[in-house]
Amino acid sequence: MIRLDRVTYTYPGTSKPALRDVSLLIPEGQFCAVIGPNNAGKSTLAYAMAGFIPHFYRGALAGSVTVDGKDMRQTPLHELVLSVGLIMQNPFNQVSGTKFTVREEIAFGLENLGVPREKMVERVEEAMALVGIGDLAGRSPLALSGGQMQRVAIAAILAMQPKVLVLDEPTSQLDPIGSKEVFSVVSALVAERKTTVVMIEHKLEWVAEFADRVVALKGGEIIADGEAGRVLGEDPRVIEAVGQTRYSKAGLRARQEGLWPAGGRLPVTLEEAVEGFQEVRRMTEGGGRRMGID
Amino acid sequence: MIDVDIDQLSFTYPSGVAALQEVTLYIGAGEGVAVVGQNGAGKTTLAKHLNGLLKPTSGSVRVGGKDTRRFSTAQMASWVGYVFQNPDDQLFQASVKAEVMFGPLNLGWEKKRVEEYAARAVEMVDLEKSLDHHPYDLSPGERRRVALAAVLAMDTPIVILDEPTTGQDFAGVELVGRVVEELKSRGKTVVAITHDIDFCAEHFERTIVMGGGRVLLDGPAREVLARADVLAESYVEPPQLIRLAARLELGSAPLTVEEFVAGLKRSWIEGKS
Repeated sequence: MIRLDRVTYTYPGTSKPALRDVSLLIPEGQFCAVIGPNNAGKSTLAYAMAGFIPHFYRGALAGSVTVDGKDMRQTPLHELVLSVGLIMQNPFNQVSGTKFTVREEIAFGLENLGVPREKMVERVEEAMALVGIGDLAGRSPLALSGGQMQRVAIAAILAMQPKVLVLDEPTSQLDPIGSKEVFSVVSALVAERKTTVVMIEHKLEWVAEFADRVVALKGGEIIADGEAGRVLGEDPRVIEAVGQTRYSKAGLRARQEGLWPAGGRLPVTLEEAVEGFQEVRRMTEGGGRRMGID
Repeated sequence: MIDVDIDQLSFTYPSGVAALQEVTLYIGAGEGVAVVGQNGAGKTTLAKHLNGLLKPTSGSVRVGGKDTRRFSTAQMASWVGYVFQNPDDQLFQASVKAEVMFGPLNLGWEKKRVEEYAARAVEMVDLEKSLDHHPYDLSPGERRRVALAAVLAMDTPIVILDEPTTGQDFAGVELVGRVVEELKSRGKTVVAITHDIDFCAEHFERTIVMGGGRVLLDGPAREVLARADVLAESYVEPPQLIRLAARLELGSAPLTVEEFVAGLKRSWIEGKS
């Protein structure tokens, strides 16, 4: 569980808060996506949830952050890592640079936790299999493509099996199906291990399909919070900030032609669009009527 | 007119990785081409051959009839602009203004022309207010726009964009889309490497799918992006609207929302499906 209570945070040497009066309660086993434009405070939120704020970034923090029952201010980082894992936006910043193989790199966190060797081998192999990098096990972590390195960074955190997983744009360098796979891996962790997930993402199609809940940030404030269909469908502030899926755009345009119900919610996923348009078709065939207008 | 003629191009990195295998392609002047495909497919390696950063292990690359093996990257800089995937690999000046003027000054242009083109480039990427900033004081998204402007200012007939939408938010993606459209309207050749398949559908007429160092498919976007089978081989899915049209059995491959709705009407109302 993650609880932010009226959090306002300002980076050192700046005057404008990066987060303003943010309150959020994310229950155990929820997959929460965070969306928003650049400079909305998304990464700052991730840092606050993972304890980088206040332990690494000093600045001015007001309000409280509690993760897995631990108050961030009171808990040292070495204890926090047992509860929360952060996958950083730039994987090059995350790999240790001290290991010669991908396998050792992924074991790095477990070594520091003092996990017994057999258990460690098992968890490293499992994490590599989850993100599909078994074939990279013997390669140098520093001679990989951006997409491969991003997978290594994800596996390194998954191996630590944190109760709370915070991912900051984890698919930015991945090919389309690789991106979707990361969403399904994360979604499986939520279902099978009751992992609590906060994932910052721009890929709205997969956010809409996989996340239980979507929080939209702008200017350091929460501008929308709820189920994907409601947040991404037609909130004008959200659309202005992050755009829409093509399914929503298609529904909107179809509505202007009387081919989507005037009062109906816009689709945000492929399945919603397919069902909605099939329904429209049944109705147009039924009475030859267009919907809503005419 | 400056075209690109790639004949039987193979390239092997010193590490022994064969990144490109017998790639043959022709890109005419003024074409908009998107190159898609999985991580490690050879997309960036291919792009780096277009400006001579890499030279073929075998086969040849001719830009405007000139064999890239006979010219340095610096010589080719007046024909081909390359916007790097990671702006931090590209930027090195102390201000946005200096960064954007660096390229054209090195092409030997007179100051007045340099200033005119630099100003236009900065305006295209909406960074007029940051001219005196140090690029590293800007956000990653803004740094990407500086890198883009630095290449636009050189007014090259060919512009290569390596993952132009990665790490960009919605407004940034829209901006890159507008830049692509403007370049095309000025008759430039635009080659984009991208994982953003919806962006690709909306802005490029031709799509090349790469996988395992080879060209798997090459043709009009509408035809290529509907080939779910070949795209899947390279870890790509068709764009959202094409997938939706396929599920609804509309018998069309819409690239834009307008085309999708037109397809709906044709199929359902006029019953031509």
